[in-house]
Amino acid sequence: MELLMAILIGILFTAAVYLILSRSLLKVILGTGLLSHGAHLLILTMGGLGGSSPPVLDKGASNFADPLPQALILTAIVISFGVTAFMLVLAYRTYGEHKTDNMNLMRGNDEHD
Amino acid sequence: MEFVLLIFLPIVAALFIPLLFKRMKRIHTGWFVLAVPLILFLYYATYISSTMEGGHAVSELRWIPSMGISFVSYIDGLSLLFSLLITGIGSLVVLYSIFYLDKNKEKLGNFYVYLLLFMSAMLGVVQSDNVISLYLFWELTSISSFLLIGYWYTRDRSRFGALKSMMITVFGGLMMLGGFVLLGIMGDTYSIRELIAAAPNFVGHDYFTLALVLLLLGAFTKSAQFPFYIWLPDAMEAPTPVSAYLHSATMVKAGLYLVARFTPIFAFSEVWVWLVTGIGLLTLFWGSFFAVKQTDLKAILAFSTVSQLGLIMSLLGAGAITFHSDDAVFKFAMFAAIFHLINHATFKGSLFMIAGIVDHETGTRDIRKLGGLMSIMPVSFTVAFIGSMSMAGLPPFNGFLSKEMFLQSMLAIRQFELFQFDTWSILFPVIAWIASVFTFVYSFYFVFRTFAGKRKEGQLPQEPHEAPAGMLISPVILGILVVGIFFIPNLVAKWLIKPAVAAIQPNLYQQPADVDIHVAAWHGFDSVELWLTVGVILIGALLYASLTKWQKFYGLQPANFSLNALYDGMMNFSEKGMNRISRFYMTGLIRTYMIYIFSFISVAVLVILFVQDAFVVDMDSFAHIGVYSIINAVVLILAVCFVLLSKTRLAAIISLGAVGYSVALFFVIFKAPDLALTQLVIETVSVALFLLAFKYLPALKDHGESVKTKMTNGIVALGVGITVTLVALSAHSQKLIPSIAQFYKDTVKTEAGGGNIVNVILVDYRGFDTLFEIAVLSIAGIGVLGMIKLRLARKENSDENK
Repeated sequence: MELLMAILIGILFTAAVYLILSRSLLKVILGTGLLSHGAHLLILTMGGLGGSSPPVLDKGASNFADPLPQALILTAIVISFGVTAFMLVLAYRTYGEHKTDNMNLMRGNDEHD
Repeated sequence: MEFVLLIFLPIVAALFIPLLFKRMKRIHTGWFVLAVPLILFLYYATYISSTMEGGHAVSELRWIPSMGISFVSYIDGLSLLFSLLITGIGSLVVLYSIFYLDKNKEKLGNFYVYLLLFMSAMLGVVQSDNVISLYLFWELTSISSFLLIGYWYTRDRSRFGALKSMMITVFGGLMMLGGFVLLGIMGDTYSIRELIAAAPNFVGHDYFTLALVLLLLGAFTKSAQFPFYIWLPDAMEAPTPVSAYLHSATMVKAGLYLVARFTPIFAFSEVWVWLVTGIGLLTLFWGSFFAVKQTDLKAILAFSTVSQLGLIMSLLGAGAITFHSDDAVFKFAMFAAIFHLINHATFKGSLFMIAGIVDHETGTRDIRKLGGLMSIMPVSFTVAFIGSMSMAGLPPFNGFLSKEMFLQSMLAIRQFELFQFDTWSILFPVIAWIASVFTFVYSFYFVFRTFAGKRKEGQLPQEPHEAPAGMLISPVILGILVVGIFFIPNLVAKWLIKPAVAAIQPNLYQQPADVDIHVAAWHGFDSVELWLTVGVILIGALLYASLTKWQKFYGLQPANFSLNALYDGMMNFSEKGMNRISRFYMTGLIRTYMIYIFSFISVAVLVILFVQDAFVVDMDSFAHIGVYSIINAVVLILAVCFVLLSKTRLAAIISLGAVGYSVALFFVIFKAPDLALTQLVIETVSVALFLLAFKYLPALKDHGESVKTKMTNGIVALGVGITVTLVALSAHSQKLIPSIAQFYKDTVKTEAGGGNIVNVILVDYRGFDTLFEIAVLSIAGIGVLGMIKLRLARKENSDENK
């Protein structure tokens, strides 16, 4: 199972990095979305995927999944949503100001040298 | 009393200077400043009686004890001599500056703050027993020198000179720090006294010669030795009190102090003897030779300072010979070095002040416009005459005595037979003699071209007259010292020189009284030095008389073939080169920077993973694969492919949503119901948000990315993907420490009273984490809102303007 997950995570990261490196602003944002999905699964996989029941104290349940990665991921999911929302508005404003979504054309100006 | 704190007295006083300058406009700020060096001078003078007996005093202020770094004030004969010079000349210079700098026109607040900063730093340099704090003070002198040279910062030349001195001396300082660290490694201590005690073990150590050369680089740059002297003439842009103080009497002698202080450690090396003596002598000759070329009064003095520093340096080198030979003839050198150091401070200090007076009263320092000032400025002339004759090495002035001892020491080198000295040693007295001739010439050139001869009417910017009495006090005091020391040299020797010499040569002398050298003006007709001096006077007089005929030959040197041109070239080159390099990799494109980051991550992690043999996969620990998992994985891969390949925005956004939902399904499979719920909600909101923004964003285009660009991106992306896969596998397969999950399982009921462990962790164990997460989300929300609203606000503004 872990091997499968590891390969899946690799695919997610590859796709994410490829999109981030592209010139279209929207693709960069899509890439960050994929990147956070990959990161969440990575944390979960590193912690171990065994465990036959959710980490809730219940009668008869003893073989829990590890609760700590889950707690970390829960935080991360919410934060990544915040980041995505911010990036989207940023892109919207950038496009509004510069009338382009081509990253190659956004390279500062002489004032920033 | 902890007298180490006195080092900081000037800095503390400096804190009040701006206030005094602002509030007490009617009194010249210098009068307040004057108290500081005067008090310190009187205080340090009380130590003379103790160091005369060979005693020393130590006071320590701990700074970073765990690393062996502290402020230690160690006062022995050598550091006391320098402390007295710093505070004594400091008092005279401050007094002089009160009349030199106008209280209404100049920024006295800045000036005196820098000067006091320098005073503290310089005292720190000569008193520190700890090399690290010595280095700190050393760089502080460079910085305060930078500030003082650049005091008239609106002038181009000032800024240029300030930067040049800073570049060169800080370069040397850094080299010196390297030397200190190597010494610290060899001796396992940063204390100079302990290093000296351990010095015999250093000889032959791998780092010994390297440490020696690095330390000398520091000393040579600071003391303006060849080829680093080029900063000193440009430093003359500083106000004259600064030139008199920093750039002739004290700061440039820090290098001499360093060499003297470390002589007991390095004198065992032949490299030391050769380098210090050789470079010193070369500098002596070079400086004196080019001093005659100059036409600016202060430039003549600057080159003469370079030359005199070289003289003292060569004497220090010759003094190191005593560590190799017991012959009594070599003993004179170290004594002569210290003696000349004192004499130089007196006569050069007075000469600088006179140059300042001439500049102040006539409006120019160009020697071609000056002349015939003798009758107008009799007092200045007298002092200048005394100083110059002493510099030329004539009796009855103190320079004569030390010059004689210098020639004597150079003659003595002929008798030294180790280190191939027997082959070359005849060069030492010859070069010394030639340099003395030029010294004679520039001394006469300086004083007589300014004060004798005919007045050049109409050339001077203002009508000259004698300086005010207050301005003359300091140079006159120094002039009196110049004459006075000639008549009581042995008293000065007993009080100041012998304790210093005994501190430099612990191998020879147990205590100052053991220094069996008697200074005499007359050695009889059979002494070689006497006839050398007579020769200097004869040839020197001849050369001075014919100066106009041969001075023009200096013009033959091409302007772009000089050390200054080399420095300018190097500065230019490094500035342009650095610019080109940074422009080469700083493209301004976010893609470039991302490629750097991603490639670095994947290469660094992969290399470490395999070099450290950290890649381990433990197949047994893997959980079994369920059917749902496989189906879900296929869905996820397909969705990712759609995101990558879709041509329209809508398809891409929906595919991204599909990826999110399938991740949520994985959370279900891996028994993480809370995650799955959250993911579902967030994913739904995200897709909605994307669809909202979709309307305002342009269609997906690849903006003409070439196949090559796409390939590069693909390779980098694949590298990152593989890295992450390998890290995921090996991180899962080896656990250095057991999971702390058990702790939560055990305590979640008893400590927190909850059943859902994940929720309890979030709201209880890691409550603050969650709190700040909320804060982050709020900030992101404010940011989103701000970015949307900001534009509206600006539009309204511009409307108002219309």
